[in-house]
Amino acid sequence: MVLSKTASQSDVSVHCTFGSRYVRDSLPRFKLPDNSIPKEAAYQIINDELMLDGNPRLNLASFVTTWMEPECDKLIMASINKNYVDMDEYPVTTELQNRCVNIIAHLFNAPLEDGQAAVGVGTVGSSEAIMLAGLAFKRKWQNKMKELGKPYDKPNIVTGANVQVCWEKFARYFEVELKEVKLRDGYYVMDPEKAVEMVDENTICVAAILGSTLNGEFEDVKLLNDLLLKKNKETGWDTPIHVDAASGGFIAPFLYPELEWDFRLPLVKSINVSGHKYGLVYAGIGWVVWRTKTDLPEELIFHINYLGADQPTFTLNFSKGSSQVIAQYYQLIRLGYEGYQNIMENCQENAMVLKQGLERTGRFNIISKDHGVPLVAFSLKDSTRHNEFEISETLRRFGWIVPAYTMPPDAQHVTVLRVVIREDFSRTLAERLVLDIEKVVHELDSLPARVTEKLAATAVMEEHPPAMVKKTAIQVQREITAAWRKLVADKKKTNGVC
Amino acid sequence: MYFLHSSIQSSSYFFNLFEFSTITRSKDSIIAPTVGVLGGVSGKKMVVTTTISSSDEHIHCTFGSRYARSSLPRFKMPADSMPKDVAYQIVNDELLLDGNPRLNLASFVTTWMEEECDKLIMGSINKNYVDMDEYPVTTELQNRCVNMIAHLFNAPVGENETAIGVGTVGSSEAIMLAGLAFKRKWQAKRKAEGKPYDKPNIVTGANVQVCWEKFARYFEVELKEVKLREGYYVMDPAKAVEMVDENTICVAAILGSTLTGEYEDVKLLNELLTEKNKETGWDTPIHVDAASGGFIAPFLHPELEWDFRLPLVKSINVSGHKYGLVYAGIGWVVWRSKDDLPEELVFHINYLGSDQPTFTLNFSKGSSQIIAQYYQFIRLGFEGYKSVMQNCMENARLLKEGLVKTGQFEIISKDAGVPLVAFSLKDSSKFTVFHIAEALRKFGWIVPAYTMPADAEHVAVLRVVIREDFSHSLAQRLVSDFEKVIKELDELPPRASVKTAHVTVDKANGPQVKKNIVESQREICSHWKKIADKKTSSVC
Repeated sequence: MVLSKTASQSDVSVHCTFGSRYVRDSLPRFKLPDNSIPKEAAYQIINDELMLDGNPRLNLASFVTTWMEPECDKLIMASINKNYVDMDEYPVTTELQNRCVNIIAHLFNAPLEDGQAAVGVGTVGSSEAIMLAGLAFKRKWQNKMKELGKPYDKPNIVTGANVQVCWEKFARYFEVELKEVKLRDGYYVMDPEKAVEMVDENTICVAAILGSTLNGEFEDVKLLNDLLLKKNKETGWDTPIHVDAASGGFIAPFLYPELEWDFRLPLVKSINVSGHKYGLVYAGIGWVVWRTKTDLPEELIFHINYLGADQPTFTLNFSKGSSQVIAQYYQLIRLGYEGYQNIMENCQENAMVLKQGLERTGRFNIISKDHGVPLVAFSLKDSTRHNEFEISETLRRFGWIVPAYTMPPDAQHVTVLRVVIREDFSRTLAERLVLDIEKVVHELDSLPARVTEKLAATAVMEEHPPAMVKKTAIQVQREITAAWRKLVADKKKTNGVC
Repeated sequence: MYFLHSSIQSSSYFFNLFEFSTITRSKDSIIAPTVGVLGGVSGKKMVVTTTISSSDEHIHCTFGSRYARSSLPRFKMPADSMPKDVAYQIVNDELLLDGNPRLNLASFVTTWMEEECDKLIMGSINKNYVDMDEYPVTTELQNRCVNMIAHLFNAPVGENETAIGVGTVGSSEAIMLAGLAFKRKWQAKRKAEGKPYDKPNIVTGANVQVCWEKFARYFEVELKEVKLREGYYVMDPAKAVEMVDENTICVAAILGSTLTGEYEDVKLLNELLTEKNKETGWDTPIHVDAASGGFIAPFLHPELEWDFRLPLVKSINVSGHKYGLVYAGIGWVVWRSKDDLPEELVFHINYLGSDQPTFTLNFSKGSSQIIAQYYQFIRLGFEGYKSVMQNCMENARLLKEGLVKTGQFEIISKDAGVPLVAFSLKDSSKFTVFHIAEALRKFGWIVPAYTMPADAEHVAVLRVVIREDFSHSLAQRLVSDFEKVIKELDELPPRASVKTAHVTVDKANGPQVKKNIVESQREICSHWKKIADKKTSSVC
């Protein structure tokens, strides 16, 4: 006879969550548990563990939207169980997607006649968008080379070394050689002249970036277009341009409407933009738009029937939620041109506040340009005692997530800190961040230099031959730098730039 | 009230007045269009109607506002902003015309989750999965899910080893990653042997999901499909192995065919292929596309050998958003061992000082689905998943019996397999399954009808997928609605086009008309077939 039986049965329904046995038992982490647990307990366990994640709102490393209006949250939650791919069942969602594509195509000045539908597609993010665009260029180039009776097994693509990792991914997975234009100190975007020099007959396209992830700078697409037009005329190759406007695509049209970077330039055949960056939607939405129907090879398109009408699709993913598409449409009609412009102006203004605050400390060199994506990239004027990584680490204690990373090849001795200014990063937060950076700098000033250096210093005192010690100190420093660089090189592209 | 819109420089000032200025300017364009003021054009002007119109915005109810009256630009961005509650209402109301996901019986994809899980999802919707350094716990939860799934599929993972796998947006991404790994492995092997490596192919049944076709086309691999035949709607292992040649990167078997829910005989395939590999020395591997069956077989048929227990199975994909019981946007792919995933495809990122290998096509995406998957795993456990799957099976059986009782249908789906009921009309001379599908829509049900793939394409079927949230009472209701629809269609005269043909019979000469009837029937058929011939739509 078990006396405690009754007690343990009531346990489940009567006891409070933290009084139950589920918060006491350890969960199997790598195998499916045998038994079910109450939903409240499951919720609490997961929720509590997630408290240890960084706070997305304070994550200044990422362009990706972390705040939306509660009205939009409602729409998102209501459509979370709607599969975007069931176009026949959810015709309105499909229609909203098509409207978004058209709105974006018009925003980028696609040469559309009245009533003509734009060619484009919603994706999970700019990675998918870029792979689709790249695939279209590759197939078009292959078809051309086949027709000319030339070999078509060595395609390449020309980009700056500042591209996002997904271009590298595209190149590796779709077997295209990636030709990177190296950067140099003080010039952190693709040099159009060098890029055009690298173009050969196997180049499927040149990819320009509107809003470099490193310093927010816009590349000179117009110059690239002009130079490439000239080269195309000379060689007869017809090499096109893709603009990766992941971060800048929703900024340039509102802040610099006169800047020509989009379909106004004849060689620009496709553009991708991240809806989840300055499109102001949560992570999981990107867009790619083609200039005309002919720029997207028909053989890549899968046709599905959509309410009796033909709905062409071109995606790598299939089933996915509809929430992000609906949220994007909400933002486009809710904000309109005016609203987007106001938000981008605010972001720019707050970037200036932060920049000026940093300059006032007198400790930093500002690397980002005022003209471009609202971010502030800066490096320490003097990093002998403490480097940018220590600042980044120390800021974490205040709650801020500010990444530090080294620049790509040929400028890799430069380390920068980068703060992305999003819609929800208000002036108050900007001022607070400046204060906290000041605090951190003071704190680090009062600290002795890094432990390893201290050790080296101790070594000097312990009467080793001076020459030998000097070497050790330098060696140690080199080692530290190398270690940091490796750490950063490993993560930089993948991590810093979404 | 004056506003020089472009002159406002100070952002704080601007911010405070943002809403107000918006309203004023929007009003201009509507109330005083005759003055020639257009929204979006900034300028200095006096607006007489401001007082009235600004009260308009705050006092009027949503449907009393002018936004409910004016038409939205559909293909261009509107010049002005609108209040958020109005924008919400407009989008929300238009979406009313979408089908109800819960009544969408066409799809395996989960449409219901517990409220607690909804809370977790909304709580992490602004968390970017790819920021592993910033959100280490989310990354850890993903890794735990991969390990749980690998163990569920009997991957030969040692006690302290971690499983090799990755979370994806869905099975499409998972399949492309798996296919890419096979392709690269095969290429490396061929290169090492000094043989040509430009004509890879993949062998599957004709019943595969469209994403295999996509993979083949986008990654330049030839798709060799084993044709189906009437009464046998899955890949025949013997025929598949026959089609394997030295350029075959893998054979893809499906656990839970999308058409009939049937499991393909992976064990037999493994045996036949082992034999062939021994003869030829090719070492052709197997991939199992367990998108729908991966979360059913381990719970309902644990003795069935289809997973890593079979030595040639090198990778398996499964949709978390099907019987993994999570909303759309999550899939998984697991490899047998590290050797089966070529190192060159993996991008390494630094994750809290330790190395986090990643292999994905997508980059930024939400974390909600991963967290939801972990919730389901620990909340339900083996016991919970088993009960859910048993309930689904039971409800499928109930529906099947109800349909058999009507005497009109022939059941095509098998009892063992994914819980779905696929059935065709015994007699489709008066009306077809497409008519039934259409008529059911009126009741709210979304039940797709489609024709079978090549070599069985004269068979048209209806398919009802039984999901967790399709309860006993809904199943009963559906049966009775089926009965109603059939009765209704029975009473109707045959379809209009046939009727016209009949009219022509009376009027004109015989043989010509007969041709007409046949022709028009063919037209109808081909029209329907065209509509139905869409792997893309019916099989997610």
